[in-house]
Amino acid sequence: MMSLGPYASFIVTSYAAAALVVAILIGWIVLDYRSQTQRLRVLEERGITRRSGRSAMDAS
Amino acid sequence: MTLIDLANPTRFLALTARVLPWLAAATVLLLAIGLYQAALAPDDYQQGATVKIMFIHVPNAWLSMFVWGVMSIASLGTLVWRHPLADVAAKAAAPIGAAFTFLALLTGSLWGRPMWGTYWEWDARLTSVLILFLMYLGLMALWRAVDDPSRAARAAAVLTLVGALNLPIIKFSVDWWNTLHQPASVMRMGGSALDKSFLIPLLVMAVAFTLLFVTLHLAAMRNEILRRRIRSLQMMQASRVAFSNEMGAGSRGQNASKEIGAAG
Repeated sequence: MMSLGPYASFIVTSYAAAALVVAILIGWIVLDYRSQTQRLRVLEERGITRRSGRSAMDAS
Repeated sequence: MTLIDLANPTRFLALTARVLPWLAAATVLLLAIGLYQAALAPDDYQQGATVKIMFIHVPNAWLSMFVWGVMSIASLGTLVWRHPLADVAAKAAAPIGAAFTFLALLTGSLWGRPMWGTYWEWDARLTSVLILFLMYLGLMALWRAVDDPSRAARAAAVLTLVGALNLPIIKFSVDWWNTLHQPASVMRMGGSALDKSFLIPLLVMAVAFTLLFVTLHLAAMRNEILRRRIRSLQMMQASRVAFSNEMGAGSRGQNASKEIGAAG
């Protein structure tokens, strides 16, 4: 077992905070992607498409 | 594929869809190796085990400046070359840069309390990084305050380039002023002052966090492209509705005048 000495709480808090912030960033980006693709799908179902006629979801 | 090809958002989406899974896998692998090496690194003779905080503090501090550097280049792309993806890149990078800067400040404070005896000191390095964090927040607020992305892009680009003046101040603050923060020990004249047992995990973690930034940035850029497509489709829908309303009002007006004519 790794010993972190008398300042273990500072070390553990640092790593936990980094993990939490990175997890929030990843979660925000994934949820944002789902939200944008859902909104695009709804618009295309209403018949609103790009001038090129291609799906706005192209290559997404 | 050239840089010009990437100017096409559809090509950019296609390319990043193929690249992102590989980037994510490389990031996870390097982070795992870096964390393993950080766990096995010996205690420092002065800092003890708190040296382990450096393995996340230093990469985040580097990235806080690197991300602003990326945004500055993207801002040049907006103002000078008018590259269609430049302001997408700048806007997508800001929240990620803010998160890394926040982590640099937080982990620095958590290291400072046991080593310096204080969480915070208004010295040149800490204060200039705090200003960088506030500038990230200001930039994000500016993007939200202006509805039209192209107008917001120009204002944000100017602010980003002005803010880039803070980068050399952060870097050289420990040389120009008498600070509590220690001077550079990795990137300095005469080579690194760190022992290999600390330097190798630190560099692995730095590369891993840089890959994490690239992965998150590309994914956030994809989201921003989709958001702009939605905006243009919604505007197209609104103009169609307005056009059909006008046509309807016009034909109703013609019918009404015919009826008046018939009655007369």
